[in-house]
Formats: sequence, structure tokens, C-alpha cells
Amino acid sequence: MTPLLADLRERFPDQVRTVEEPVPDQISVLLCGPDATPVARYFLTEHQARLVTVFAEDRVNSEGVFYNYYVFDRPGDPSWVTLKAPIPADQPSFPSLAAELPAVNWQEREIQDWFGLEAIGHPNPRRVALHDNWPDVHPLRKDFPLDTVLPPFEGERHVYRPTLGEGVFQIPVGPVHAGIIEPGHFNFAVAGEPILYLQLRMFYTHKGTEKLFENLPIHRAVFLAESISGDSAFSHGTAFCEAIEGAAGIEVPARARFLRTILLELERIANHIADIGAIATDVGFVIANAHAGRVRELVLGLNETLTGSRVLRAMVAVGGVRRDWQAAQIEAIGTALDIAEREFRDLVALIESSDSTRDRLEHTGILRPDKALMLGIVGVGGRASGVDKDVRRDHPYEAYGHLPFRVPVYQAGDVRQRMQVRMDEVRESIGIIRAAVAGMPGGPHRAPARPIPPDRCALSAVEGWRGEIIHWVRTGEGNRLDRCKVKDPSLNNWPAIVEAVEGNIVADFPVINKSFNLSYSGTDR
Amino acid sequence: MFRILQKTFRVGMATTDYPRVAPRVAEQFRGRPEFDFAAWRDARPAAEACPTGAIAVFDGDAGRRVTVDFGRCIFCGECAEASNSGAVRMTQEFELAVRDRHALVLTADYALHPDGSHAELLTIAGADSGTRPEEAIRKLLGRSLAIRQVDAGSCNGCEQEIIALNNPIHDIERFGIHFVASPRHADMLLVTGPVTRNMELALRKTYAATPDPKVVVAVGACGISGGIFGTNYASLGGVDAVIAVDVYIPGCPPRPEALLHGILLALGQLPLKSMA
Repeated sequence: MTPLLADLRERFPDQVRTVEEPVPDQISVLLCGPDATPVARYFLTEHQARLVTVFAEDRVNSEGVFYNYYVFDRPGDPSWVTLKAPIPADQPSFPSLAAELPAVNWQEREIQDWFGLEAIGHPNPRRVALHDNWPDVHPLRKDFPLDTVLPPFEGERHVYRPTLGEGVFQIPVGPVHAGIIEPGHFNFAVAGEPILYLQLRMFYTHKGTEKLFENLPIHRAVFLAESISGDSAFSHGTAFCEAIEGAAGIEVPARARFLRTILLELERIANHIADIGAIATDVGFVIANAHAGRVRELVLGLNETLTGSRVLRAMVAVGGVRRDWQAAQIEAIGTALDIAEREFRDLVALIESSDSTRDRLEHTGILRPDKALMLGIVGVGGRASGVDKDVRRDHPYEAYGHLPFRVPVYQAGDVRQRMQVRMDEVRESIGIIRAAVAGMPGGPHRAPARPIPPDRCALSAVEGWRGEIIHWVRTGEGNRLDRCKVKDPSLNNWPAIVEAVEGNIVADFPVINKSFNLSYSGTDR
Repeated sequence: MFRILQKTFRVGMATTDYPRVAPRVAEQFRGRPEFDFAAWRDARPAAEACPTGAIAVFDGDAGRRVTVDFGRCIFCGECAEASNSGAVRMTQEFELAVRDRHALVLTADYALHPDGSHAELLTIAGADSGTRPEEAIRKLLGRSLAIRQVDAGSCNGCEQEIIALNNPIHDIERFGIHFVASPRHADMLLVTGPVTRNMELALRKTYAATPDPKVVVAVGACGISGGIFGTNYASLGGVDAVIAVDVYIPGCPPRPEALLHGILLALGQLPLKSMA
């Protein structure tokens, strides 16, 4: 940290107030005012850093200000850097970065909607997180009660940009879709078959999650974290627990870290297999999905043996996991993995043997690497488009620092390669689990419970099966939370779909959408 | 093509025979918690541990009323952990669907010791699981049912298990039941929750677009009661806050067999039973 500290002091004597490292590998840079632009530019250019997330906090009652937080990830450096910019309560605005950094477009608008802080200079400052027909409220301000009953809504939810031109039509789809998927609205502009332009409307499943975290007892908050995105229950639960452990300085026992790692990888395997099957279905290769469904059930059965829940709920806890495993349970991992691996190999061979399937997947829904980088795309969608990022490798947590694995990265960025990333990752995950089982340490599965000190902040990052999950917490009095910010990888990955569908035919939209498989609930919270 | 057929023959039949045969369930699986109300010395630690308020304690002059609502329960097992007397224990029971919301709630009244622990169990009450569906429903829909699934705000956990109904293990089509793309083709709405402010209108419109006679099934703790999200500025709570519900399927998420049980119950193909 020292050279960084010296550099920041020298370059920004009037803009940087303090630089601290309250939690190992988490550097906090307190700025003097609301304008984070110069220091942000310094990290983006001098350090080739990536702006991971932007979020706000209401500290008006205690400190008289709001804060905006800008989290940066610097290549080759395991520590996170967070800029903290105070915004005076009587001047609730901040300079927008969205014009030069499209990756924060939605996130800045979310701050506008939820905190009433204006992003000055934002190229498209319309509402995003609250629909247009909501009254003028800012739910994440502390003076807004959780149980506020809002009057009935009237008027348009959202006015879409008009689609003009001869032979150009709009196709509105959703929020209730044809398949068993989550709600969102897609507005396609088409000229004949090809898609000219896709407009998205999300936040249909906004259910007040971040507000619910406020003042919630921490032991209950773990379960709320598991319900941010149900298909990533264990990843989000773990991210939340890690944030609390970081804030409170709780040392998680080695055995617990291994147990968590195994479960994180089982979540990845089950979801990747489901996605591979679903991608095959969307191009008409239904038999592959039938086999995928069967293999997935094998993994869910193992999940149940290990945690009592097919989808890994109520297992992770602050300080470790709720239940240790007996020898028979650990043995079940090896047995189930052997079968699953063999069946998965057959599944992959089956899909690869189908020329018509490959024909539909290759060159479909291309996300170019330069666009992926510009939009800050993370996870599977990023790695298929040349974005060589994986939290497990870049910021090791749990037991990942002790286990060998490869991060697959491809450049073509089509549906085929997004499926290929998943196929590779399933194999890597099986390897990680085997190595974790072989190297499993003894000892306790959970650190002894103790009071969580108030007013501590920490960040956590977990590579969920979709990509980078970020949680940021501030603890409150009496083992409660003050704030929990959640960033699911879906939030900044939606614009990737807008890019990828352009010029493709409408009939390929389902498979392109599925190849990203983003979480609506994780986005909307 | 040869490879596809070869694999199919090698796998053979994968489908389970539920409900005729009990499914294979891991011994670790957590189903319905069972309460030995007479032996329960103190409900407060369980109520404190419960993340969704499924166990609630109301103290008054006459003593204590404890309510247990399986429509809020997420089957985490924290109540059993917190009640060290062994009065609460997790069972493997998952066939919990009912036709009457009240049947998911148990109420126990206690006289108290001065320290707040239970002195004596006074009464315990639970409702019946509800009446059978009308004969017309059974006749019309009993042998071929089209379901439109509606996510009215769910975390997508329930969707995971609903999708699993279509895999070869659970294969819901063997009952003549299938999922359709439009409410206009549907006999049943299978709705997950909580119903968000932003999905209320879409849910109402979907309901209106579904031809009569129709059946509505609320899925999961959130679909029944709002679950861990409850009712707040953005959430209206359970599905029945917006449209009438015929069957409630508890779970977080309900396993596929539990979903199947609830769907068959809605069609009047299964006997009724009581929670108490």
C-alpha cells in the first residue's frame, strides 16, 4: 500500500483526505468531496484498473453526508481499492462517470433512484431501478421506512424509444414470458427478421432486498442473502458471510473454507449443466437437455446429502458452515462425482456430435472482446469474450489459493464459446472438488459465535457460477446490519445481451439470452 | 443419430414412480419441523432464531400464544437447533400442500412461569387442510392439465425446482400435465412470489387472460406469505394478496415431488389430510 499512498498524496494533495487498510487487502481512499473523477481516471489509466461497482450509502444522520463508493480491481494485485466520496446532504449530486464508463450506466441511475442523488452529466439519466410510474420516493434513504405503503401507481411504467423507418417494427415481450423464467421486458426493434435494437426493462422483481437488510439481525440476514438469487443461494450466502467475517475480523477455520469451496463448486456444476442443456434445447436439441437434467439431478441429490437442501440452502453461516460432514457424506462426493463426470463426458460428446447444433451456436450472439471490456462484462460471458477475470484466481478466498485450476478464456464471444466456457469450468470444478476432498483439513467447521462490533465496513467478492458477486456491509449496533450492498454479476452484464443480439434474428434471441443466463432477481433485488 | 439412440437405450428408464412409490430422499433432507408442544419448555429462542417469523410468540395477561406458520417456513432447521429440549425436530415430510391457508398455521396457548418459560400447554389448534375441489374441476382438468407458470417476483429458487418437473426424473407429462407458453392456453397458474409492486399488474392481467375454469397454485414460502421478504414498500406479500388461490405449496423451494403433490392435490387426485 505504501507506494500507492505516496503516489496518491503527491498527485492529489487537495483531493485525497486519508488512505487506510481497515481490512487486509481492502484499501479505502477517502476523498475530500463528491467528485471522484480525477482519482478514478488515475486508477483507470495508470493502473489499468477496472471499476467493479459504484454504490451509495446514507450517513446523513450520523455524519451529515451521503457517500458514493467506487470499487476498483487492479490487474495482478489481490487488494481492492475503494474510493469513498462524501456528498453533502444539502447538495445531493455527484459528477457522472457513465459517459466515459458505460459499465456504470445503470449503477449510477440506481443511486439516483434509490438515494435521490443526481448523477450530473449522465448521458441517459432516466429512471432504471424504480419504474417510471413510481411516486417520487428514495427507498434507501434512512428516513424512508421499509413498510411504507405507496399509493396505487398510475401512468406509463416506461416509455420506450420510438422505432422509426419503413418496415421497422417493435416486438414487445414480457414481463411474463413463454418459458419458466423470470420476468423482464424486452422491446425489439426489427426490420424483417434481424434485430436492429433491443431495449430492456428490468426491476420487475424488485422486492426491497437492500432495504430489508438495514437493521436486520445478522444471523437472519444470511437467509435473506440466500434469497437474492435462488440459483446462487450458496454463493450469495457465502459472499455475505465473508463480508461480515471481514468486518468483524472473524477467522474462518480451514476445514470450513474447504467445505465452502466444495459447495461453491457444486453450485457451479449444477447450474452450468442446466445451462448447457437449456442452450441445446433452445436450438432444438432436446434430448441433450433430457440427459443434462438427469446429470443435474445427480448433483442436486449430492447437495441434499451434504446440506439437507437440494439447492444448498441453510448451510453457510457466519464463521463457517452450520453442519460438519461425516465420513459417509464425504465418500458420497467421490461416488457421485465419478458418475456425474462420466455422464457429463457423454453429454458433451452428444452435443459435439450434432452438426446442426454447432451450426446454430457458432457465430450466433457475438459479444466482441472490446465491447465486453468497455461494458465491464464479468463471469462466463466475459471469459467467452476475452475478459480474463476470475475472482477465485485474482483475489483468492476460501480454499482457492490452495487448489489448482485453470480459467478458460476464449475470444470469439459467440453462444458456442459461452457454452464451451461452461463445459471447461465443469471439468475444472470437478478437479477442484476432488483436490479439496483429498486435502481436507480437520478441526472445527465453524468459528465460535461472538458479538459483531458495530460500524465496521468490509467488502467481499465471490466468483459465483455466473460471475463476480460483490457484497459490501456496514455493521450496526446489537449484531445487526446497517447496510448491505449487493452486486450480482447480472446487473452489469445485461448490456452485453443488447450488444450480442444486434443483427441476429429474433428466433435466436432465446438461445443468446440463455447463453448469458442472467438473474433477474439478482439484478432487481 | 446412432449415438443418441445408443445413449438412450443404455440409460433406460430414469423416471421415478412418485407418488405411487415414496421418492428417494437423503437422510439429511429437512422437511417439516415437528413440534412437541406439550414438551416445549420455551418457544422464545426458536422464535428469535426463525429468519422469516414463521414461529411467533405473543405474550399477554392470559399467558403466551405461539403460532407456527408452515406458510412462512423455509425449513432451515434453526428452530430445532435453538430449542435444545428436543421439542422441535426436523422431519422428512414434504407433502405439505393444502387447500386452506389456515391449515398451515398451528396455534398453541401456554400458561407461563415467572421466568417466561412454559408452565402448561393449555390448548392447541390447527385447521383442516380444506375441502376437495369442485367435481367440475376434477372432471375437466383431472386428466389433462395445462400450466402457465408465473414468476411474480421470486428469487428464482422455486423456478429451479419447477423446471426440474420437466426433466426425465420427475417427468410431469406422465400425468398429462404440461407447461404452456401463454395463459390463454392454461388451466392452472403456478405462481411464485412474493408479488412485487412491479408485477402486480402483470399478475392480474395474466389471471384475467386465463380462461375459466382455472386453478391457482401459490408456490413456496414467498408465494404463500411473502416469505423472508414479507410485505414492504416493494412487495405485496403472498399471491393471495392479489388473486384468489386454490392450493398452497410450502417449501423454500419445494422439492419437485412436493410441487407435484400440490398440483395433484389441486386436481383432487389426492386425499386430504391435516397438519395438526
